[in-house]
Amino acid sequence: MTLAEIDRAPNEVSSERARGRGGGGPAPKRIVVAYGFWIFILSDMVMFSALFAAYAVMLGNTAGGPTGAELFNIRSAFIETMCLLLSSYTCGLGALSAERRDPARFLIFAACTFALGAAFLFIEVTEFAGMVEKGAGPSRSGYLSAFFTLVGTHGIHVASGLIALVYLVAQVIAKGLQAAVLRRLLCWSLFWHALDIVWIGVFTLVYLWAT
Amino acid sequence: MLGRLTWAAIPINEPLPIISGAAVGLFVLAVLITITVKGWWPYLWREWLTSVDHKRIGIMYIVLGLVMLLRGFSDAIMMRTQQAIAVGTAQGYLPPEHYDQVFSAHGTIMIFFVAMPLVIGLMNFAVPLQLGVRDVAFPVLNSISLWLTATGALLINASLVIGNFARTGWMAYPPLSELAFSPDVGVDYYLWSLQISGVGSLLTGINFVTTILKLRAPGMTYFRMPVFCWTALASSLLIVAAFPILTATFIMLLLDRHLGMHFFTNDAGGNQMMYVNLFWAWGHPEVYILILPAFGIYSEVVATFSGKALFSYRSMVWATLGICILSFMVWLHHFFTMGAGADVNAFFGIMSSVIAVPTGVKVFNWLFTMFRGRIVFKTPMLFAVGFIVTFAIGGLTGVLLAVPPVDFVLHNSTFLVAHFHNVIIGGVLFGVLAGINYWFPKAFGFTLDERLGRASFWCWLIGFYLAFMPLYALGLMGMTRRLEHIPDPSWQPLLLVAEAGAIVILCAILCQIAQLYVSIRTREQRRDLTGDPWNGRTLEWSTSSPPPDYNFAVLPRVDSIDAFWHLKLAGRPPAAPAYEAIEMPRNSPAGFVTAFFAVVMGFSLIWQIWWLAILGFAAAATVVLIAGWSIEREHEISAAELARMERVR
Repeated sequence: MTLAEIDRAPNEVSSERARGRGGGGPAPKRIVVAYGFWIFILSDMVMFSALFAAYAVMLGNTAGGPTGAELFNIRSAFIETMCLLLSSYTCGLGALSAERRDPARFLIFAACTFALGAAFLFIEVTEFAGMVEKGAGPSRSGYLSAFFTLVGTHGIHVASGLIALVYLVAQVIAKGLQAAVLRRLLCWSLFWHALDIVWIGVFTLVYLWAT
Repeated sequence: MLGRLTWAAIPINEPLPIISGAAVGLFVLAVLITITVKGWWPYLWREWLTSVDHKRIGIMYIVLGLVMLLRGFSDAIMMRTQQAIAVGTAQGYLPPEHYDQVFSAHGTIMIFFVAMPLVIGLMNFAVPLQLGVRDVAFPVLNSISLWLTATGALLINASLVIGNFARTGWMAYPPLSELAFSPDVGVDYYLWSLQISGVGSLLTGINFVTTILKLRAPGMTYFRMPVFCWTALASSLLIVAAFPILTATFIMLLLDRHLGMHFFTNDAGGNQMMYVNLFWAWGHPEVYILILPAFGIYSEVVATFSGKALFSYRSMVWATLGICILSFMVWLHHFFTMGAGADVNAFFGIMSSVIAVPTGVKVFNWLFTMFRGRIVFKTPMLFAVGFIVTFAIGGLTGVLLAVPPVDFVLHNSTFLVAHFHNVIIGGVLFGVLAGINYWFPKAFGFTLDERLGRASFWCWLIGFYLAFMPLYALGLMGMTRRLEHIPDPSWQPLLLVAEAGAIVILCAILCQIAQLYVSIRTREQRRDLTGDPWNGRTLEWSTSSPPPDYNFAVLPRVDSIDAFWHLKLAGRPPAAPAYEAIEMPRNSPAGFVTAFFAVVMGFSLIWQIWWLAILGFAAAATVVLIAGWSIEREHEISAAELARMERVR
């Protein structure tokens, strides 16, 4: 079996010749791309952990300004959480349809994912605007700086995820569900699920903790 | 319209930056004119600027690092001269606000734009060749990394003539680096150039972790990888785990400066020590990001020039991974004086000393590799031996500084300055210079001049000891770092010795330039036709010098450590290999064009030209999106074509 043949049919290779484990030479492209993207996500998690740490340090540094308990609306945070978790579910369904080469179903689920993600962002922006209006903006205290930076960085990730989704949907429409596009969709769903995990951290440590 | 940028940004009344800026500008202009007149642009664009070949990218990283070394070194010799003459009533030739920029720029440049590009450049050049594969996992991303690093370097050099650089030291501690105390663009130059080049470093880390773990020649299991690949893996893992912390920290400082937030300010609940903690949570792993690949180079060099397998390969690998993990547990030793309490200081003091154990294992492994070996003292080997002696001294003073009570006395003194130059010059820089002398014939097909290489080594070694041993003594005598004026005349003799050392190092650099010049002129006599000038052990020596674009026509099969050595012992492989069609990545202008817009964006952010910053960002993002649209990123070389190319070589 030549290397090129192994690339075309990676599943037919016995385990001791598996690519990328040392035995059988370089791993197939799909594995390499997804693996690299995992490493990128890990690095993003490290960045979020630094922001979480900063938030924890700043928790008491309200400088006479409002605390989280006085500001947060746990109801809307819960709705946000539900939006994002549901969008992860529809994202998963979309990935399954893409794997089955069913573009119509994929597009429907992608639209649902986009709508739920956009709803999440809308609620978040409304919440931020309300806080700034009450005089509790990011420059009010060290605590609020940390809050806006942590939650806002997550929000920017969601927003760029939505832009990337539109871009990938355009690729699906233009090129169909071919191998290269499927690899990109795989990376995108990894990204989207990772944002969910970060948000669970935010919801627990920021919103539930404070209220 | 142009934010804070006015004609006042150009320091007309300060002769030094203007003259040096003009000299650099004229030199760059001369180079550009030469390229245009000779009609080299198409070649340069096709073969270098848009290249995604890991070997070319590695060479460009090294060129960037060496050019920036000249800049960083001129800062160094300016500081040495100022300290040697500004004693007692004499004021020297540098005013304080200029001197402060010089030491800040020196540190920032040497770490981020000399050490990092040199180390990453050698990783780029050697790792895929040693792994027996044709390129890194993500070649276009690799090109983007290179050009983003170059963007950072360009911005930091722009600060010389447009505006000024930070006056905060290379760590930019708040509150000094906050808007209240550093209102001008200096700190913004620092922050944005490091943010942009930091993205490049992070992408390199991701690329190399993936390459080393997922792309290796058939049969190359983990414990058959060359030690340099192991250390490159450890270094890349550290980049992935540490650089995002720096990014987050700089985001916070930027938000403080631009949006009036209060992470590190004196008022409204800011906490400066959080910056210091976060900075060193990146900063300590960073020193291992630099030194681990250098350890890898020494391992290759010592084994090759001793004609023996590396002593205790496995303990070398475990020591590397041990250092990799321990490096995240010692950051607090950079600020024992914070007042964290005896128990916290004791923990970090002990952990810092513990790092000496795996490092000691390595030193003994190198010594035992040389023991009863047939040692050939070529330039790379000289650097390796010089390193072992010098680094041992640096390591010992490091253990000394890891004792908290001692650190309370020596904190921020020139003893500390001497210590970290001891390990960075004696460790990282010697390693990189050994690596350049070692792999140069592989990269260009001819060896470097031995005589000038030796001369440069001896100048580096003697210059280093002359320049930094006095600083140890001065630190013990109570001299603190970053002094623009020396109050105590009894320090002057030692400072003059240090100045002499800096001049000897200047000779070392001149020898290297001469070495490069002479070697290129006499390249026909020093051709390496075998591809294996040093009797090497690892796979990079099994291909021709310079290697073809695709490195290996047929991927080598590996069944032991030092695969090429065993291949040589067993006799050459059969003459007619079975060629298969291979896929090679196409060139891409994405990296260069993205970096161009990143320069526009970074410059506008520094000068708060918001509309242009948004435009620059949008353009850079668009380039990435356009590059991400294409499906056909590879071109195929058919088996027949490959066979023809191999016959021609």
